[in-house]
This record gives sequence, structure tokens and C-alpha cells, in this order.
Amino acid sequence: MWRYVVKRLLWMIVVLLGVAFIIFTIMYLTPGDPAEMLLGTQATEAEKAAKRAILGVDQPYLVQLGNYFYQTFIKFDLGTSWIYETPVVQQMAERLPRTVFMNLASMIITIIIGFPMGIMAARNQGKWQDYGVIGLSIVLISMPGFWVALMFVLLFSVQLGWLPSSGIGGIQYYILPVITGSLAGIAGNSRQARSAMLEVIRADFVTTARAKGQDENTIVMKHILPNAMMPMITMLGGSLTHIVAGSAITERIFSIPGIGLYMLNGISYRDYPIIRGCTLFFAAFAAVCTLLTDLCYAWLDPRIKAQYQSGKRG
Amino acid sequence: MSTENNSFLSVKNIVVEYTSGGDIIHAVNDVSFDLEKGESLGLVGETGAGKTTIAKTILRILPDPPAKMIGGEVYMNGVNLTTLPEDDMRKRRGNDIAMIFQDPMTALNPLMTVGDQIVEGIQLHNKNLSRKEAEEEACKMLEMVGIARRRFVEYPHQFSGGMKQRVVIAMALACNPSLILADEPTTALDVTIQAQVLELIKDLQKKYQTSMIMITHDLGIVAETCERVAVIYAGEIVEMGTVRDVFKNPSHPYTIGLFNSLPNMVEDNARLTPIDGMPPNPAKLPKGCKFNPRCKYATDACRNKEIPVTELTPGHVCKCCNLNRGDK
Repeated sequence: MWRYVVKRLLWMIVVLLGVAFIIFTIMYLTPGDPAEMLLGTQATEAEKAAKRAILGVDQPYLVQLGNYFYQTFIKFDLGTSWIYETPVVQQMAERLPRTVFMNLASMIITIIIGFPMGIMAARNQGKWQDYGVIGLSIVLISMPGFWVALMFVLLFSVQLGWLPSSGIGGIQYYILPVITGSLAGIAGNSRQARSAMLEVIRADFVTTARAKGQDENTIVMKHILPNAMMPMITMLGGSLTHIVAGSAITERIFSIPGIGLYMLNGISYRDYPIIRGCTLFFAAFAAVCTLLTDLCYAWLDPRIKAQYQSGKRG
Repeated sequence: MSTENNSFLSVKNIVVEYTSGGDIIHAVNDVSFDLEKGESLGLVGETGAGKTTIAKTILRILPDPPAKMIGGEVYMNGVNLTTLPEDDMRKRRGNDIAMIFQDPMTALNPLMTVGDQIVEGIQLHNKNLSRKEAEEEACKMLEMVGIARRRFVEYPHQFSGGMKQRVVIAMALACNPSLILADEPTTALDVTIQAQVLELIKDLQKKYQTSMIMITHDLGIVAETCERVAVIYAGEIVEMGTVRDVFKNPSHPYTIGLFNSLPNMVEDNARLTPIDGMPPNPAKLPKGCKFNPRCKYATDACRNKEIPVTELTPGHVCKCCNLNRGDK
């Protein structure tokens, strides 16, 4: 088992090197002059050339790539933002808690509302509870996030004046963004939980448990849920990355200076250090999440654990 | 079909329907039979004839929806199981009546050790047992079906098919039920393992004086394990009697057809004689005798009338209105 984990961690290094190479090359090939972005269109050619020399973007591709890899992987330095002129790591550390707080709260809400909704729907398949959940999730999933955000601002900030519409401060600033971010997740989770449950609910071993004289609630908790967990965990594992990557749209609309907005600004100003730094961080986090998800499978399912132990996987 | 209420198990006129895509499927149509203590009855019939549904109706574990018991009663020692509150019925499941399922590959929870799955049933019905004692009981059950006790902590995927079926049997017998419903317990197994498993079931049944309903489509298994047999066709019992009577003197054209479909080792026939046609669509059962479209003796009476049940010899009944036909 531990051999498997170490192997996966070593593979992560390869993945991160690959991600760094790809994102660097894409940015290099993207048309647009960072110097012009920073200095504005009024700047003279000489000024722009001087800026390019400072930024190092006038050097040949391989030299730039070498410098970037040396800085990132030998000195562990993600560089300094060109527009903000502050270290990328420092900015990320400052902004990360807001994004994590917002998205973690959303994720917890989507779990504690979405999963029980789906489980209830599956247990009452074909009855009004089921149709209610299906209908609600179709409505929720069909509403685009940016539209919901604007409607919430209109209703709760402009009309009712209950909650602030943007910025950061106390907990009240996070209520609308968190709810906005949760709606689609609730819909997704409830549908996923419903179909995962339905897949198991008619399984033979559930009938076996019933024939033993087990009561319905214990059957759900002991036999159906653990077996229905797998697809739910896959879904959760996939959305974990969202916790740090955040939603640029939500952060933009509610003016929350989080990671998503930072990355968005970096892209619009051709601020290579920001883009590269954020991408690399997201990739590392995603890789760790995937590993955790896989370990979770092994912990839940003895069949997968046996495969890891016998070395058939990984 | 006798209906004295003093038999151990008495199934009376049960009717079960399924709803499927707007169609009503008549799975079990007015089935009645009695079973004495320690006796074993074979239910024989083709796939889809309603055998498993009968067993699930007795245990009241029909998936509802789509299945629904429309009518009839099941008495066990004089107690009407059909009207028993769900809580009381639950105390009987696994305790008084246990079921051995058809497919050992899917009948066990893949995420629980086999030991825990046996313990689950034991603890449900013996609340005063400690966990340790229940585990000891479960180990004994495993040993009884020929599995080493050290395998208690293993998961179903670590067992072969035959071993899994043994676990399923151990699980069913763990609480010493007085009635076993064995639903094709050997269909999923190799022929060699089949014999072992049947032997095991038979031994245990003799040892504990357990009554058994053996559901199968294999007449050989019936001959080997049962005292009486009921032949099911399209959700009805078409012929029932002791194994000796039915095997010696099969009277319903369907029963005769079943025997003719078996390879005969004495006469060296190159071809088998199957029954012509297919079982009827249970959503659109034919009028009169359900077997009439496939029966070469069918008359107008068979196609239109309700068919009476005739007692040929004491205990041997047949649902056919054409018993004096040429082949007898």
C-alpha cells in the first residue's frame, strides 16, 4: 500500500513538470505583448523594449524556459507579479483563505443538502418526493451561476437591503456567494446520489439483508449506502479542486479578491508569473485530491484494496 | 388441494401481479399448497413461471412497487403471515423462514466480510448474545458448511462461487429456521459443486427437521431432494403430488412435455423432444387453460372454460380437463 502511495507521489512530480512546460509554452506562443499591456498603448517603442528586457521576454524560448524551470523547481520561487509587483506566493497566500472558505462552505452545503435529497428520492422512487427532487434539480442546474448571482444581488441587496452586494468583510459578505455557488452543486449531488442509490437498491444482497430480517433503515445505512458511495466519491473528488481554484465568475460578480479573480486579472494583463503560479498550484492540488480519492476507494472497497496490495494497479 | 389449517405451512390462493410499463403481469395466479413439518416440496417450472415470486411472497420481500400481492393468505402454524404487522414479520424473516438465493455472486454484500454478514442475522434474532458469542456461532456455521473458521474475516471476492453459495447457506441456516426457501441454490454452480451443495442442504434439512421448498427447473434435483413436487406453469400449479406419483404417472401434458425434454439414457435417441412453442406472455395470458396454445390435445373447452382441479389418486392432483386422452 505505502509503495503505491510513494509511487503515485513520484509520478506527481512528472505531472507537475509537464504542466509547467505546457503552460509556459502556451503563454509563450500566445500573441500579445506583456510590455504593451503594462505600459499602455501610449508608450514608445524604446520604453517597451526596455520593459521587455526587464521582464526577460525578449530572450529566446529555450533560455526563458530554462530560467523558468530553474526558478520554479530549483529555487521554489513562483516569481513576482508584473502588474502588482508583489511575489505571487505572497498574494496567493493572502487570497487563498477567502476562496477556500467560500468554496468549502459551498461544498459542505451541497453535500449535506444534495446527498440526503438524492437518497430520499431514491428510497421513494416514483412517488412525489422523487419527482419533487428531480424537478428541483432540473431547475437548479438550468440556472446559470452568473444570472443567479445577479438576481440575488437584485433581490437581497438592492430591493430588501439585507445583505451586502460585494466586497469582503464579515461573514455576511459571504452568504450570497456561497449560496450562489451551492445551487448547481446541490442539483448535481442529488442526482448523482439518486442514481447511485437506485443502482444498488435492487441489488440481490439488499434482498438478502431483507430476508435476514434486517429493518429498512439499517439496510440503507449498512448495505446500500456504502455500496452507493463509490460514484458519489468520484464526484466529490472531482469537485475538490474547486475548493482552491474557485469560481472566477462568482468572485468577479461579488468582487471577492480570491484566487479565481487573481487568475482572471493575471490573464487579462498577460501577467505570466500569476498565470503560471496559479496553474501549477491548481495542478498540484488536483493531483493530491485524485490520490486521496483513490485511497478513499481502497479504504471503502476491499476489492480495490486487494488490487493495490497485489500490485495490479498503479 | 387440501386446505386443512393444521399443516405447518399453508399457502392459499395467492395472486401476485407486477406492473411494468403500464402492463399488468400476472406472475402468480391462485396458487395453493400445504407443507408438513420436515417435508420438502419441489417447485418446478420454466424461468419466469413465478416460482421465485411464490417464495418471496411467503417471506413478504416482494419488491413493492412494482410487485403487489393481490389476494390469498399464507399460514404458518396457523398464524396468518399476510396480515402480520411488518415488525412481527421481520422477526420471522431469517429466524423462522430463511431463503437461500439463486446467485451467490450477487447475494453477498461485497463490502462486508462474510463473517459479519452471518453475524448480522444471528444478532438480529438473538439480542441477548454478545458480539463474541455471535461470532463464535457464525464460525460454527462456517465450519458446518465446510469452510475454515479463519476465513471469517475474508470478503466475498476472496471466495469461489461454490464457497459463496456455502456462505449463503450458512447465513440462511444460522438461526435454525423451521422453513427454508431454496431458490435454485445450485443453478449458478458447476455440476460437481452442485452435488456437494445439494448433499449439504439435504443433510442439514434432515438433521434439523427443517421443512423446505426447493425451487428449481431441474427435475433431477427434485427427484434427489424432495418428497413432493408441484409443477408450475404461467403462475399456476398444473400438477402436484408425491415425487413417486408425478414421476411414475405424469398426467398434465406440460409435465409429460418436461419429462420428454430430458435426455433419455436407456433409449438411444439422437434428438430430444422439446415442448413446442414458448411460455405465454404473462401480460396477456390465454383464456382457459394457460397451456392450451402449446398443447396438442387442446379442445374448445380448454380454450374457453376455467379448468377444474382433478384428484387422480389421493394427494396427486392435476389441472387438466382432458385426462382421458389417448396417451394415457
